[in-house]
Amino acid sequence: MTRAPRSTAGTGDTGAGSRTSITEAGIRPAPRVRTASVEPASAVVGQLLDWKFLLSVLGVLALLAASLLTGVYDIFGGEGGAEMFQITRVPRTIALVLSGAAMAMCGLVMQLLTQNRFVEPTTTGTTEWAGLGLMLTVIIYPDASILARMIGAIIAAFLGTIIFFLFLRRVSLKSSLIVPIIGIMLGAVVGAISTFVAVQMDMLQSLGIWFAGSFTSILRGQYEVLWIVALVVAAVFVAADRFTVAGLGKEIATNVGLNYNRIILIGTILVSIATGIVTVVVGNLPFLGLIVPNIVSMLRGDDLRSNLPWVCLLGIAIVTVCDLIGRIIVMPFEVPVSLILGVVGAAVFVALLMRARKKG
Amino acid sequence: MITLSDVRKSYSDEVEIGPVDLQIPAGGVTALVGPNGAGKSTLLTMVGRLLGIDDGAIEIAGFDVASTKSKDLAKVVSILRQENHYITRLTIRQLVGFGRFPYSKGRLTREDEEVISQAIDFLELGDLEERFIDELSGGQRQRAYVAMVLAQDTDYVLLDEPLNNLDMKHSVQMMQHLRRAASAMGRTIVIVLHDINFAGHYADHICAVKQGKVVEFGTPEEIMTGEVLSRVFDTPVEVIDGPRGRLAVYY
Repeated sequence: MTRAPRSTAGTGDTGAGSRTSITEAGIRPAPRVRTASVEPASAVVGQLLDWKFLLSVLGVLALLAASLLTGVYDIFGGEGGAEMFQITRVPRTIALVLSGAAMAMCGLVMQLLTQNRFVEPTTTGTTEWAGLGLMLTVIIYPDASILARMIGAIIAAFLGTIIFFLFLRRVSLKSSLIVPIIGIMLGAVVGAISTFVAVQMDMLQSLGIWFAGSFTSILRGQYEVLWIVALVVAAVFVAADRFTVAGLGKEIATNVGLNYNRIILIGTILVSIATGIVTVVVGNLPFLGLIVPNIVSMLRGDDLRSNLPWVCLLGIAIVTVCDLIGRIIVMPFEVPVSLILGVVGAAVFVALLMRARKKG
Repeated sequence: MITLSDVRKSYSDEVEIGPVDLQIPAGGVTALVGPNGAGKSTLLTMVGRLLGIDDGAIEIAGFDVASTKSKDLAKVVSILRQENHYITRLTIRQLVGFGRFPYSKGRLTREDEEVISQAIDFLELGDLEERFIDELSGGQRQRAYVAMVLAQDTDYVLLDEPLNNLDMKHSVQMMQHLRRAASAMGRTIVIVLHDINFAGHYADHICAVKQGKVVEFGTPEEIMTGEVLSRVFDTPVEVIDGPRGRLAVYY
């Protein structure tokens, strides 16, 4: 039994010479070890990525520095500039980092769980449910703390996402493009309910402010709950391989001994927590979870664990750029970041749809 | 050994599986054959615990499929279904790596990497291992999936029509790989086959399924007769002696 000669030019594996060949004795007995002198492939790849990754981190840091320095108030010359810097600029930049990373990651997790490239919190109605939960909490307890509002938003986001997933499971959809359309429709219905309730309760203006994702109102003392999403990111990182396996479908996941339904539940809970918190503190960040994972997937494939840092980084970068644009174009006023994201994201979304159609 | 005792499953009044009593011996290749809709894939899926049974019991190597923990069963039996369509972009090596999930839960050890390399080489995918699954031809992709279930290192391997969409050359290669996995690696391979001649040539045992029941079980010599095949497939079949063994002719 001869083995096809291996090319040593392969990008990933430099240990070609050390590979075992298949003998009639089979591959099970006599486990052979790659010769020790050859660096494990993953380490070589790892170094290469570190170099690129480092550069990307530097780029994002530069963006964040720009965010810290952008604003109407003269923090260097003005009276109390340092204090102003701490009250608004620092919290705003931290919020950009946390919410950008979290929403991009939520998109990726949802895409794996539904096995659909076009799914993310704003195309499944999750965000709208969170908004409805937030509003109902405020109506029932008018002086609810930010924590209570958050819990209301999280519970509603969870229920809404579960409803969407159950619906997906019931109806076997022939085209993957139908899924986000149904999600957006569902979101529109929930959003309409929110609007109706808001009109009845004379809350339309607050609703508009909540829904439009904006970092304008991020101030010291109001954004700190966002740190919870950092925990969610950590949890996703721990469970990354399970989500990747779930992305291969129920049968393959079951075959390797995973409890598929439990993974779906855990994923939904994590996504709901992150979406709920970001919706309460920042608002709606449309398409972020859609464009970031798709770009990363195109460039790097879909191994979740090694991709997560990239997804977080790109999410932060895009949100920061959009927020900077929003702050600069109508200075001294601001445009909500959701507006900029909506324009950019919609364009990328359409481009992805076209690409999917072309690929068949 | 895989033992099915009094296994039943009903979908509706018309579609019913069972009662099935069957013993598939350990070692070698066992082919499940039968007409469309006979329940071959359903039986295989139930043995691989992807589908629950209504009644009866299935045991694999002494483990009761219904009561053994799924993660323990994953080290005893692996199953590959026919349709494997997913959006996840993984390289062959990453995909095969997930076959090691029952052992390492994703954190691959040196030993895992070794088993992965061997499975990839076994199916002659070494040159392609860094390619993404969606960039492969149908035959290469099918081999990558089989490499994944082989990397799972289970004594029992269940494959649902692995020759689907493969051309003549790749079908023969796939069957040779599987034969080799059975003889060289001591695996028990249960495989749903569409082409009776492939079953006759490569299998050690043939199990004929019809209308949800096992109607024949035996060696290829016992099953590959015109009388038996005509009865199983409801169509006139003649068996002739070809240059490399018996051939069913039904055209």
